[in-house]
Amino acid sequence: MERRTIFAGWKLPLLLVAPQLVLTIVFFYWPALVGGWESLTRTDAFGVHVVFVGLANFHDLFADPRYRAAILRTVEFCAAVTALSLGLGLILAVAADRELRGRDLYRVLMIWPYAVAPAVSAVLWILLLNPQIGFIGRFLTSHGVNWDYALNGNQAMLMVILASAWKQVSYNFIFVIAGLQSIPKAVIEAARMDGARGWFRFRTVVLPLLSPTLFFLVIVDLVYAAFDTFGTIWAMTQGGPAMATETLVVKVYNDGVVNLDLGSSSAQSVVLMVGVVALTALQFRFIGRRSGT
Amino acid sequence: MRRSRNWLAHTVLILGALLFALPIWLAFCAATLDPAAIDRGELSLIPRLDHLGSFWDVLVNGGPGVPPVWRMLVVSFGMALAIAIGKIVISVLSAFAVVFFRFPLRRTAFWTIFVTLMLPVEVRIIPTYAVMGDLHMIDTFPGLAVPLIASATATLLFRQTFAAIPDELVEAARMDGAGPLRFLKDILIPVSAANLAALFVILFVYGWNQYLWPLVVATSPSLDTIVIGIVKMIGIDTSTEWNKVMATAVIALIPPVVVVLSMQRWFVRGLTEGEK
Repeated sequence: MERRTIFAGWKLPLLLVAPQLVLTIVFFYWPALVGGWESLTRTDAFGVHVVFVGLANFHDLFADPRYRAAILRTVEFCAAVTALSLGLGLILAVAADRELRGRDLYRVLMIWPYAVAPAVSAVLWILLLNPQIGFIGRFLTSHGVNWDYALNGNQAMLMVILASAWKQVSYNFIFVIAGLQSIPKAVIEAARMDGARGWFRFRTVVLPLLSPTLFFLVIVDLVYAAFDTFGTIWAMTQGGPAMATETLVVKVYNDGVVNLDLGSSSAQSVVLMVGVVALTALQFRFIGRRSGT
Repeated sequence: MRRSRNWLAHTVLILGALLFALPIWLAFCAATLDPAAIDRGELSLIPRLDHLGSFWDVLVNGGPGVPPVWRMLVVSFGMALAIAIGKIVISVLSAFAVVFFRFPLRRTAFWTIFVTLMLPVEVRIIPTYAVMGDLHMIDTFPGLAVPLIASATATLLFRQTFAAIPDELVEAARMDGAGPLRFLKDILIPVSAANLAALFVILFVYGWNQYLWPLVVATSPSLDTIVIGIVKMIGIDTSTEWNKVMATAVIALIPPVVVVLSMQRWFVRGLTEGEK
């Protein structure tokens, strides 16, 4: 759909588009090139010479069982965070979609956690789950549960999943509510007249109409869990104990910033970029299909 | 039947509200307690309202290893506002150019921006740091904000909004002798005010909540944002003063929550219409 009415001239529009273009080139393309180049090089042990090594960094990366473990761990973590936050967001949104007294207040109470920083949600969950001071953690330890996420990797994983999902529920809630409201009342009414009710109506009528929204949310939640949770994980466990909560982004930080292994961390960044582009492509296939209908 | 289901919905929503509110309430209560009492595990759900001093204390004096909270608030506000306003300005301008003009390389320019759509700063953190070194922007305030200003999402959103403006409106403005900049200022921006407001909320929260980028690019304490400061305070593991940490956490929550709630209506509509 091209616009018919346009303004003349080409100098002004170039000037207008320039700031965005310059920032994009300086802070996206240039780093991408630098990262791409560094992922193909290695610095010698004395830090003097930079040697071109081809794909050796990538080869080493995927040959490293710790990296493969980190990929698997990230997938599990993302799946758990997505399932929890989307599931809870869906349940709350379905409840809040009814004609209830206090509906607007409920919505406010569901929406505000959107504003909580991932690192702050970590601090709040430490106050709940810390074995010495935590509200729940102390209850567990005093009732004979061997609860200590600083030592037990599974417990640490559970904790970062809970804190990460908790913060993301409201985002899902906002979108599911909007999705539910865009379903025409007539459709629901027709289903009701046909005798479809309760869970059956939800499953056969509402859920299919909601599925584009849900698919969109799965992608957004996966991207959130993969990248935005660094603050949560770093504040709680720093990827520990013994790498039990080290997701791919935490590993990039550990290898690149803490251990200064630039070649490997750049290769890891390149792998992540490819992953993000793949997810974007997936999402656009879906958006394209949706705007087509 | 119908009534009993309403009760179920009420129960679900109240449980949900508690799930979100309880941790904050607990943090508020902890901020009013004696640090030694917290270490002994004596958390309570009743705040000691005669002990609100820790809020004032962290605001003015800061905590172990971090500057006063008021300073960190200034940095956080500066960063969040610079990111939100900067992104909106450059995105409005570029979307305006792409939609309302024909110029050489228009498609190339658009695609150059568009390709970066979902590339978060987290995946390009190490190379971006290297670039910042070449630009001498490490450990500076512009270094905190500027790399996060480039945004394909906002450009895309405004492109969508502007494309929906009817041709007649543009035609009418031109007949009245309005030049492109006049059209932008007097018609396009007022018409898109709701989208601007929604995007402001999203971007303010995004900027305020940043953690990884400030951690990497700024090491001097004078550039600590409040989110960075909180994590620093719990980093000193042996003697964490939890009342101060929690007071800081509660203070850190207030500005973004106020922004979201005060602009809730626009924010929800803009978010769901633009799909992020």
